[in-house]
Formats: sequence, C-alpha cells, structure tokens
Amino acid sequence: MPEPSVFHSRTAQLCTSHRWKDWGGYYAVCSYDMSPEPEYQAFRHSAGLIDVSPLFKYEIAGPDAAAFLSRLTVKDATKLRVGRVTYLCWCDDDGKVIDDGTLSRLGEEHFRLTAAEPSLHWLASVSRGFRVTIEDSSARLGTLALQGPESRRILERVTDVDLAALKFFRVAAGTLAGVPVWISRTGYTGDLGYEIWVGRDGAERVYDAITEAGRGHGLLPAGLDALDVARIEAGFVMNGVDYFSAHHCLTESRKSSPFELGLGWTVQLDRGPFVGQAALAREKQRGPRRAFVGLDVSWAQLEEVFARYGLPPELSLHAWRDGRPVYDGEERWIGQATSGAWSPTLKKNLALALLPAGHAATGTPVRCEVTAEYRRHTVAARVVKPPFFDPERKRA
Amino acid sequence: MGKRYDAIVVGGGHNGLICAAYLAKAGRDVLVLEKRDLLGGAAATEELYPGFHFSTCSYVVSLFRPSILRELQLARHGMQLLPLETSFTPLAGDPGLCRWPDPQRSRREISRFSARDAEVYPEFSLAMTKMAQLARSIVDAPAPDPTSWNPRELARLLRLGNQLRRGGAEVMDLNLKLLTMSAVDFLERWFESDVLKAPMAVSGIIGTYLGVRSPGTAYVLLHHYMGEIDGAFRSWGYSKGGTGGVSLACARAAESHGAEIRTGAAVERVLVDNGRARGVVLAGGDELSARTVVSSCDPRLTFLGLVGARHFDESFVAAIERYKLRGSSGKVNLAVDRLPEFFGREGTAHLRGDIAIAPGIDYLERAYDEAKYGDFSKRPYINVVIPSLLDPSVAPPGKHIISMFVQYAPYHLAEGAEHWPEKREAFGDAVVDTLAEYCPGLEESILFRHVLTPWDLEKEYGLSEGNIFQGELSLDQLLFQRPAAGWSRYRTPVRNLWTCGSGTHPGGGIMGASGQLAAAALLESGEL
Ligand SMILES: Cc1cc2nc3c(=O)[nH]c(=O)nc-3n(C[C@H](O)[C@H](O)[C@H](O)COP(=O)(O)OP(=O)(O)OC[C@H]3O[C@@H](n4cnc5c(N)ncnc54)[C@H](O)[C@@H]3O)c2cc1C
Repeated sequence: MPEPSVFHSRTAQLCTSHRWKDWGGYYAVCSYDMSPEPEYQAFRHSAGLIDVSPLFKYEIAGPDAAAFLSRLTVKDATKLRVGRVTYLCWCDDDGKVIDDGTLSRLGEEHFRLTAAEPSLHWLASVSRGFRVTIEDSSARLGTLALQGPESRRILERVTDVDLAALKFFRVAAGTLAGVPVWISRTGYTGDLGYEIWVGRDGAERVYDAITEAGRGHGLLPAGLDALDVARIEAGFVMNGVDYFSAHHCLTESRKSSPFELGLGWTVQLDRGPFVGQAALAREKQRGPRRAFVGLDVSWAQLEEVFARYGLPPELSLHAWRDGRPVYDGEERWIGQATSGAWSPTLKKNLALALLPAGHAATGTPVRCEVTAEYRRHTVAARVVKPPFFDPERKRA
Repeated sequence: MGKRYDAIVVGGGHNGLICAAYLAKAGRDVLVLEKRDLLGGAAATEELYPGFHFSTCSYVVSLFRPSILRELQLARHGMQLLPLETSFTPLAGDPGLCRWPDPQRSRREISRFSARDAEVYPEFSLAMTKMAQLARSIVDAPAPDPTSWNPRELARLLRLGNQLRRGGAEVMDLNLKLLTMSAVDFLERWFESDVLKAPMAVSGIIGTYLGVRSPGTAYVLLHHYMGEIDGAFRSWGYSKGGTGGVSLACARAAESHGAEIRTGAAVERVLVDNGRARGVVLAGGDELSARTVVSSCDPRLTFLGLVGARHFDESFVAAIERYKLRGSSGKVNLAVDRLPEFFGREGTAHLRGDIAIAPGIDYLERAYDEAKYGDFSKRPYINVVIPSLLDPSVAPPGKHIISMFVQYAPYHLAEGAEHWPEKREAFGDAVVDTLAEYCPGLEESILFRHVLTPWDLEKEYGLSEGNIFQGELSLDQLLFQRPAAGWSRYRTPVRNLWTCGSGTHPGGGIMGASGQLAAAALLESGEL
C-alpha cells in the first residue's frame, strides 16, 4: 500500500475526485477534479501546485562530493557552481541510461540529486573510495512544484528569497511563511515555475501559505495527469515510460543511451573517468543508432480516418503512454511512439518517439498507428524537434 | 492371465497419473496401480483428523507445467491454484520481514534491515527471471544429450547455447557461477542482510543433504525459482483442496480418456522375460499383463526393488546404487483451534503466504551441523503454511491447519534409520518448540499433531530413504544424468520398461513434467 506524503493532509482534502495512484510508494493525485483540463490550463495560464514529494532525493556531502558525482553522472559536477542546478542522467558501464534527474549544488560540499527510482544502492556502489556521505532524504523532505505564469507573483508574497535574482536553473535557501526552505527555479512543465523543498515539520504550513497566496492568482492544486500533458509539450522524457532504466531491462534492445534519448547534450566526455565513458565515446564516434524525436501527427488525416465511420476524432484530455508502432511511408515498422497527448495549447496531436537515426531528421514523414471504430489505420506525422512548447517566460 | 493392457503404470502419484492420462488420451489401454488406498503419492490430501484435510507431504505448487493444465483440461477436472500472497520471516521479539506482492511495501520492509538490499531486490528478481527463462526451456523438454551426434540433439544443444549467449555476458557468467557456487555465496553477490538471505538461501537446500554454504546449492535455488503460475515466474501457489487436488484432477482426466485406476494394489514385482517387461505381479499374487510397464517409483525402488538387479548390467546397477537419495526432511502437520500470533504483526495478511523459520544464515548452517552427524536439527529450518486461510474447505470454520515442512531430519540417524519410530515424537516436539519461540501459545492451540519422518516417507509413501524428490536435485543427478548417464530419456535397459517419476528428468516437485515427457517419449518410440 502506498504511504501518504508529507502534504497528504492537504491534498487528501482537496482531492474530490478520489483519483489516486501509486507513485514511488506514495499516494499521488491523478487529478483533483474528474477532468484534468483545468489543472493543465492552470499550468499554462495561471499556476498549478503539485506535490512531487515522491521523487527520490539524495543528499551527497563531503570533500569528494563533486568528484564522486562527476564519476557517477555524465556531467562534470566540479564545474557546477554553488546555487546552480543542472539536469543530467547516469549510465551503467555500457553507457545505457539508468535514470535521469536534477543535481543542485547547495554548498561547496553539499549536492542534492533527484531520481525517478530508488538509487541508494547504485550511488553507494559507485561511491567506493570517495570521501562522501549519501543520505536518502526522500522521506524527510517534501517537494512542491509551483508552475505557471503566475507562479513568481504568488511565491513573492510568501518568501524572502529574492526571486528576481533567482534565474532559470538556480537554487537558493530562505524562508517561506517562516519555514526554512530551498527554492529552485526548475520544474517538469516547461513553463515558468519553481520547486520548493521543505522539511517534514513545516510542510503543511508551506502548503497552506502558498494556497492562501495563490487565491487571487487562479492557483489550482494539480495532479499527475495534467503534468503528463505539460511535460510532453515540453519534450521531457520519462523513466519507465519513454525509456527503461538499464537496471530493469530483460533485453539489450530495451536499454537506451543518452544520445538516443536526446540527452547527448548532457554528456561531457573529455574529462576524467566516469561510469560508461568508454562506451559513450565509442557511440558518439559511431553515431547513435536511434534518436528520440517529437511527432506532430496530422490532424487532417485523423479527421479523415474517423470521418469514414461518420465520427469525429476522439480527443482525450489524458496523455497516453502505452507505446504505439510507427511506420515509414511504405508501412514498414520502424520504431515506436512511447507517449503522446493532445495539446490543448497548440491544438495539435503530439507524440514522443524513438526512431532509427535514418528517420529522425526534422521534417521526415512517418506514419503513426491509430484505432478508429475498432480498426487499425495509420495517419501521417512529421518529425519535429522537441520541445513543442517553449515559452519565453520560462527563462525570463 | 487375463486382459493384456497397452501399458501398466506403477504408482498413482501425480506423475504416474499424468503419464497415464496422456497415454489414454492417445488411445492406449492403460491401467494405473497404486499401493495405497488413496491416490496422489507425495501429493495427496488426507483427512487425518475429523474435518481437517491435510496435504500430508507436499503442500505448495509452483513448478506445475501450465501446458499440462491446458492439454489435460485440469481446471475442468477440478484443479485450481491460488497464489501464495506473501513471504514472511519472523524473528524473535521483532516483527521480522514480510515480503508482499506490492513491491513498494516490500521495499519498505526490507529497508528496515538494509536500504541497499531493498533496492537491489527487484534487480535480483530480474536477473533470476532471465536465468529462469533459460532453465525453463530445459524443463519443458527431454534432457539434452551432449554425448550424441544425432543432428536433432546437436541442434537442441546449439539452441540452448544460443539462448545462453543471447542473455548476454551477465547471464552466461551467472549460469556458470550457479553451477558451482553455494546458495549463500550466490546471494551475497546481491544482499547483505541475514533475514533476507536466509529464507532465500533455503531454496538451495530443499530436499538435499547439503547446507546453505555447500557448493552446488546455488543451482538448486534456481530450480525452485522457476515456479510459475500464469507465466509469472517465481510465484508459489496453493492447490484448492490441498495438493491432493492436483492428483485427483489428473486422475479424473486420465479416467475421462478411459484409463483404469486401481488403489490398494501394490505391485510386488515387474515381470521380465528375456530382458523384456511383460507385466506385473501384485502383492496378493495376481499377475497382470501389459505391452509396457511404466514405473513412477524412484529409481532404486524400480530397478533394484521391483525389477531386480539381476536384469541389468553391472555398471547400471552400480550407477543406481550410487544415486543419492539421502532424505533430509520431515513434515509436521497440526490441527489448531486458532491462528498463531507473531510479535508485532496484526491481522492475517502476513499469514497468507509462506512463513520461513530461517532467521539467519548461521542458524541454517547450525541446523545442518547436527544433521551431518546423524541427528535431527533441534532448531530446524521450517517452512510453514496455513492453507485453511486461503481455502476454508480444508478445516472446520474458525479452525486451521498448520503445515510445517522441516529440514533437517536425516534418514540416516547415527544410531540407524530404524530408530526413527522411537524418535518421531521428540522430533515433533523440537519442531513445535521451535515455532512456538516465534508465536507463544502455539502449544495450547493444538488439537492434533501428525509427524512424518524420512522413515515414514519410505515405509508409507514408497520414497527410498525418504527423499522427497525421489533423488537429490544436485547437479550431478540432473539433466542427462538423471537417474544415470545415458538413461535420462525415460527408457530403461529393460525393454518395454519405462520410468516416469520425479527420479527422472527434470526432477522433483509437483511439476508433472516427468509424466508428460515420459508419455511423449513412449508414444514417439513406437513401442506402444
Ligand atoms: C514431505 C514432502 C514435502 C514436499 N513438498 C513439496 C512441495 O511443497 N512442493 C512441491 O512441488 N513438491 C514437494 N514435494 C515433492 C513432490 O511431492 C514430489 O516430487 C512429487 O509429488 C512426486 O510425484 P511422483 O508422481 O513423481 O512420485 P510419488 O508421488 O512418489 O508417486 C509414486 C507413487 O507410487 C506408489 N507406490 C510406491 N510403491 C508402489 C508399489 N510397489 N506398487 C504400487 N504403487 C507404489 C506410491 O504410493 C506413490 O503414490 C514434497 C515431498 C515430500 C515427501
């Protein structure tokens, strides 16, 4: 049975839909209302507040903390300055991705790493010989993501952290409603937004203060369904959906490299040794076999297919993540779309897909499978480069 | 001599019944002869105390081949498997460790002992799944024969090799290690906490006269890891109506295809003329004639007992004499008037699976020490299940059955196996005392107690030396070596004499594979 997160007393009260799911061993709200749409719209037009406490969090401290993280991950953590956050992934010896997350440097010798899956064992194994301590802070730290164009104005009302100075992917300590917190300008929606990190004791006070401050700003509590649509628009890959951790794959073909997942930009090869380095260097030289791309699925063709049965296209407000085949122009299977959604903002049918390198160039026409009236069809789609939606306010 | 059957199957255990069902289904005229008044052999349900239906010997089902269930339509004949939900390892004065179907819940329980073990646990399952996939292809087919130049054999070996390779270097490496390592060494590659390692390590010693630190036990562990219900590896199940439910369903399937089954019909001797089996003699002296005789009894009983050494080459007799039976386990069954209560655990959810009295590796090794020198363990490994929680039909309302599989109880006592009858109750006391250390008050709840020693398994169930698997599952007695090199394909040196019990490939457990594969081999041979 899942456990309640530190914000459960508040979220449970608000979750009138009773739509919950298990996320990393915790209760997480799918949507507070029966429909996730208002929550999605809040992310894009006002602000949504989402409990992301189930993310796994590790405090890495000690004189060798930066050196250890540079060995563990694909990035050179010694270059990360205090007060900065970076997004990265880490791999096994064969250069296949184990997990991805953000790394914050909270002090000279103190980092915080987030992960989608329990990672203590892997971190501990790689840390042999480094003077570091690794603490799993997942249970004692709550995390709230406040995301959307109004998020800064809401947060300003309740915190003493200088938000004007807190640039994109920065982190700062301060207080919120008198409670000590860390605030980072990060998130999973691809919009302006913040994440607030707070100890168990002050968690409810922080939640209440933000809710109160958001009253005049259209703030809504938001669930994972709305987040899923937003993250697809933002082109973020998700562990367990768009790729599988190398630690959980039964077959080699299920594993993927950072280059294949579009995370090649996070890989810093020319430096001291790190896990997977040799394999990644070889792959870089050879060129990755597959590539992670966005697909813009033709609306006109979708309408046409459904029209044959006298139906309008079915539009779901939920993202799908069941994986669908992708074909080339001759209807030969080439790869898979791993998740997708109707974008209410762009009015487009979007998907994230893993395709062979030869079909990954922007503009390449491919075909996606759709089911209409119990029958399978394919419709045209075009390869695009994610993110699909990238508003200026995110970095401003 | 009256009617001549196409085949007489000696023994109405589940393998004999399955073999008979397949032969009958193929249109053959089949007779099954069972010594006891009850079918099932080591998989039988018996009402030992009014209202309480005990799975006397075997108590859980995991390896049963799903293909048999489908092909013989066993669900229609009453077979029903319920998955065991949990694995609970109690500790004295501590809530212990319970592993649940919910992975997050297991993770939290394991992290009480080791956060790292909690995380590695799913990775271990994944590695074992990969290996079990390979092992399964071995179980589902006759043993590969590496000495043969027959192209079909070579092709099979090649396929196995390819499968091994496809698993990647990691699986290859693990497989090689598995063959030689001890269960503990193997598990320590992943885990550090004793309460997790110990209950897992015992899978490596079940039915063997070895300890968890003895080399080779890692392989036995995998054998038990292949448990499969609905294609999901490693899930143990409980059979509705007890394990006898499996045997009865097989019997009904056999009868539905026209097989004849007689109980209370002990075979005294297999009739052999000029190196050919032609029938059997029953204990009362009646002779029955058949074109083939298929024995489901263990190799020693079959070849040296029912047939007789003089019908075989000296080298074959020597191989069968060397075949290790060395029974090492016993069983204590209780009827109780209430459920046992364990420290720090409420409700019944933690009792709906198997409960392992295996608090640590040293505990298990110490239990083995006593057995090595010919005594039963005073503090043994016990595998407890409470079937009446899952299946209320086996006990009166509110009352329960506690089934305890116990190791070690070596057949060869220092003072001689024949002294078991006078030690039986002392053994039963040690087992009950051991469990009572974890659930005080157990003694007062007992209405009835039934103790099975290896001696009883031999005398009552026909298992030589009380070996629960008709022969240890050590690597030197598996695959093409079971029961003897060159004779792993159910055929024997005596013509028209075949074997189909768990003393043949792929081995023991309520698996049915031996019966199924033997019937297929016999039908294919054209001898029938
Ligand atoms: C105590 C115990 C616990 C076990 N626990 C489990 C478990 O939980 N799960 C599991 O999968 N496996 C377990 N096993 C093993 C499993 O029960 C056996 O491997 C399996 O039942 C063997 O089936 P079989 O048909 O090959 O042989 P048997 O069941 O041994 O059948 C042989 C039959 O031949 C009969 N017979 C013997 N001599 C003669 C004769 N002269 N004439 C006629 N008939 C004769 C016997 O009475 C018997 O019915 C256990 C075994 C024991 C003993």
